[in-house]
Amino acid sequence: MINPTEYLPKSYHPRVSTYWWLTRWVYLKFILREASSVFVAWTVILTLLQIRALAAGPARYAEFQDWLRSPLLLVLNAVSLFFVVFHAVTWFNLAPKAMVVRVGGRRLPNLAISAPNFAAWAVLSAAIAWILMRG
Amino acid sequence: MSKRSNEPFLWLLFSAGGVVSALLMPIHLLLFALAFPLGWLDGPGYEKLLVLLRHPMTRVYLLVLCSLPLFHWAHRFRFTLYDGLQIKHLSEFINVFCYGGATVGTVVAACLLWSI
Repeated sequence: MINPTEYLPKSYHPRVSTYWWLTRWVYLKFILREASSVFVAWTVILTLLQIRALAAGPARYAEFQDWLRSPLLLVLNAVSLFFVVFHAVTWFNLAPKAMVVRVGGRRLPNLAISAPNFAAWAVLSAAIAWILMRG
Repeated sequence: MSKRSNEPFLWLLFSAGGVVSALLMPIHLLLFALAFPLGWLDGPGYEKLLVLLRHPMTRVYLLVLCSLPLFHWAHRFRFTLYDGLQIKHLSEFINVFCYGGATVGTVVAACLLWSI
């Protein structure tokens, strides 16, 4: 006797293209957001190299500054800045979804949660710039 | 007894690193990698920067700025490799590369900041 289930697949695993994330803008945006982490890691490496150059003396630090002015580094760092800002904006916009705050039984609007994040970003950026550039 | 997952802890590091990098990295990159080297803005001189760097608060700040974002990277990059390239079968190698890299980076940052 023929068992009808014999001809049915045991589990269905459609093969997804490796480039699935290129098929829609939202998918691409998702992958770009995830890819921003690579530029976050690069920023850490750059910071560590800068600390090492600073510790090695004025001559080495001047060399480091020259290196930063090379076309390759300028392009890389401009791209990194774009991605790091992209990360910041998407991160703060996600905050209301990650953190649901209810006041008096009502959910706070998204803006009430993302706005303080953006404000903190502005204040901290200004504070860092002030510490580095005062007198 | 089921094995306890360390995923929540890793997610916490990812999340903390996400906040730190979102709040602090854009201004750091803008000033130190573009505005100061290109002379758009007057940056601090070598001596001033060294004094700033040697302050204990700055060292703690820089350790946080370097460490947590690396764990943020490790977590995101891990899932980008899993889903983007669909290579979850290499998960052991990927985990060692990502979290190992973040740990090594943290140790390097700590040694560097300690020795100045």
